[in-house]
Amino acid sequence: MEHLEFYILLLFVIIGSLVAVETKNLLSAVICIGAAGFGGSLMFLFLKAPDIAITQIVVEVLALVILIRVTISRDKTFISGDWELIGVIFSVGFLLIIFLAGTKVFDALPEFGSPSFIANNQGDTASQHYIQEGINETGAANIVTSVILDYRAYDTLGEATVLFTSILGAVVILRKQSRNRLETGP
Amino acid sequence: MKGMTIIVKTISSWVKMLVFLFGIYIILFGHITPGGGFAGGVILACSYVLIMLAFGRDYTEENLSLKLASKLDCTGALLFIAIALTGFLYGGFSFFYNFIQQEYFAGKDTAFKLVSAGTIPLSNIAIGLKVGASLFLVLLMLSAFRPGDSSEKES
Repeated sequence: MEHLEFYILLLFVIIGSLVAVETKNLLSAVICIGAAGFGGSLMFLFLKAPDIAITQIVVEVLALVILIRVTISRDKTFISGDWELIGVIFSVGFLLIIFLAGTKVFDALPEFGSPSFIANNQGDTASQHYIQEGINETGAANIVTSVILDYRAYDTLGEATVLFTSILGAVVILRKQSRNRLETGP
Repeated sequence: MKGMTIIVKTISSWVKMLVFLFGIYIILFGHITPGGGFAGGVILACSYVLIMLAFGRDYTEENLSLKLASKLDCTGALLFIAIALTGFLYGGFSFFYNFIQQEYFAGKDTAFKLVSAGTIPLSNIAIGLKVGASLFLVLLMLSAFRPGDSSEKES
């Protein structure tokens, strides 16, 4: 097997997602989603995409905090004394495995500043044009940023609009004033 | 919710500024190093999440109120559209035309410098403002409706 750690992470993500779907406890489902997300961000690092990995890990942290904060008061979970030691051993073991996988990832990443994105073959496709002319046409050293904010900025506008609309819906549905006004009458 | 213990409060009052500065760094250097507006905006929201978890909801709302956060959200979105429309008017009638790079930096070797890439850092700042404010709003909205809180207010 050439990329053994990649397949182990893939299996970890799949098991985490299945447990998150099947479990009855809401809090453990949220934690399983978080574990699957962190495995996904490590997989992005193995595929040499640090931009996506950073975004994935910070969104995962924030989503985990929000979801735990929302669910923790709905669903009381207590761990009995017998299981405490086993839980500690398992969590330390998982942290160790993820730490070892993280150190492997830094070997797989290209050296800082090395032009690994520049391909050798002289293609005529759009992606080849982005790779070869991106730094001259946009002046951005990070080629991912030059694509998402210059060549494909219209996609980014759509993405920002999706986020804006979803936040608008959340604020309108969950706002406090109308709820109080409905309860007390106009 | 009044917040956590004094240990958590002390540590988070030291760490919150570092997290905020790291978010600003990720946004401003988005066109040179990995990162960018989205990741940096989420880190900015994370610093406020830290304040909220440590000090409670009321303290956070004194710092950054709901109205100001929604104004910042709209400002980011409008700034991004304004950059797009300025490019549209400036040259060639093409949306998101990178007018600063094409008109002023063209031919000069400005890559790998902080002031480079034309409108890209400006778009990063707009997206960072937008994403940070809107994710802060999500946390504020979802943490407002816990079963304990509503029963306290009614009594």
